Amino acid sequence: MPDPIPYRYAAVGTQPPYDAPAYGSTHKRHPKQVPLRVPHTLSETTAPRFVPAWYAPHEDLTRVDGKEAVGERIIVAGRVLDEDGRPVAGAMVEVWQANAAGRYNHARDQHDAPLDPNFRGQGRVFTDAEGKYRFTTIRPGAYPWRNHHNAWRPVHIHFGLHGAGAAQRLITQMYFPGDPLLPLDPIFNATPDAAARERLIAQFDLDVTQPEFALGYRFDIVLRGREATPFEAA
Amino acid sequence: MNAATTSQTAGPYWHLIEFPEWADLLRADGPNAGIAGERIMLTGRITDGDGTPVSDAMVEIWQAGPDGSFEGFHGFGRCATDPKGAFRFVTLKPGAVPGRGNRIQAPHVVLSIFARGLMKQLVTRLYFAGEALNAEDPVLNLVPLERRFTLIAQPQGEGAWRLDVRLQGEGETVFLDV
Repeated sequence: MPDPIPYRYAAVGTQPPYDAPAYGSTHKRHPKQVPLRVPHTLSETTAPRFVPAWYAPHEDLTRVDGKEAVGERIIVAGRVLDEDGRPVAGAMVEVWQANAAGRYNHARDQHDAPLDPNFRGQGRVFTDAEGKYRFTTIRPGAYPWRNHHNAWRPVHIHFGLHGAGAAQRLITQMYFPGDPLLPLDPIFNATPDAAARERLIAQFDLDVTQPEFALGYRFDIVLRGREATPFEAA
Repeated sequence: MNAATTSQTAGPYWHLIEFPEWADLLRADGPNAGIAGERIMLTGRITDGDGTPVSDAMVEIWQAGPDGSFEGFHGFGRCATDPKGAFRFVTLKPGAVPGRGNRIQAPHVVLSIFARGLMKQLVTRLYFAGEALNAEDPVLNLVPLERRFTLIAQPQGEGAWRLDVRLQGEGETVFLDV
């Protein structure tokens, strides 16, 4: 059996370190030893195949039992590509977020902001053959956290992606353009490379916007590509 | 060409994508119902640099089926840690898996840990104590001998295997840069 083609390692500065001192929760949780680099085998280059039959899609987060959630309805759409610009088809995209008031539908979230019985804040969509995904939701609110004095998380939606190889597994956060909290956020700013951080910010997009219905935001996601190989199929 | 999108922490509220049944890969209405093999239970506790349980982590596994193939058996599971930092999966014991250069990898399960305070998942492997192939496993052999125990689950009887994960400090788990 030919060896699997390995996935490429991150360009310097484009991924955050485990030890991010300004983000307090990393202090006791980051390993002190450098993770051991191991050659990629089938355990890294294969991945679970998620199919809608077993993992039911849920692409409209704005209603529960037909009742509408409170807040500004938005559409989020984009493409999932690899580093060579090839679409990742059939990728499972999981999203979760706070409601319009900045409160998660989660027992641990004690922020004094109202819960919305018509907003659960969880969705699941799959990319099509061109790597495109789309879901409708409510624009989340900012919320305080206790990382430092007067700390507030910028408005964000959590994204989890499974690609074609386990080494492509990614959890990230999508932010919104013009958010004044972004320069103050230790999680967003943990990544050294400014261009890499900018790519976490969705763009307002009139083509995604639906007349008389909802503003649209575009958020494209790039998963790791494979190492170059002279035998690559055309 | 764009670099891969930057990882961000899963944070403390990832449970909105928690589906507890996914920790049982053999669930009756799941993709593996009826596949034959040796039923096992994988457990462990995750602790931080102070030895405090990590009670808000998401653990995902990826493994081959009993035949050592990644086709057929749906070797994916997800489990939340409990207040004691413990996770628990029910699955089938994987077979030996082809490695690079026609070498053989000992049976193993890939563990990925996501949590508040982890900007990116931590990845490690769970091997099985007493497996003859462990001695030749190409990944285990890259690990310094004195730290190898952090990757090897111990039998607890009746198909149960335990591997604790230490994120930081004494006995720190060997994490893999994959």
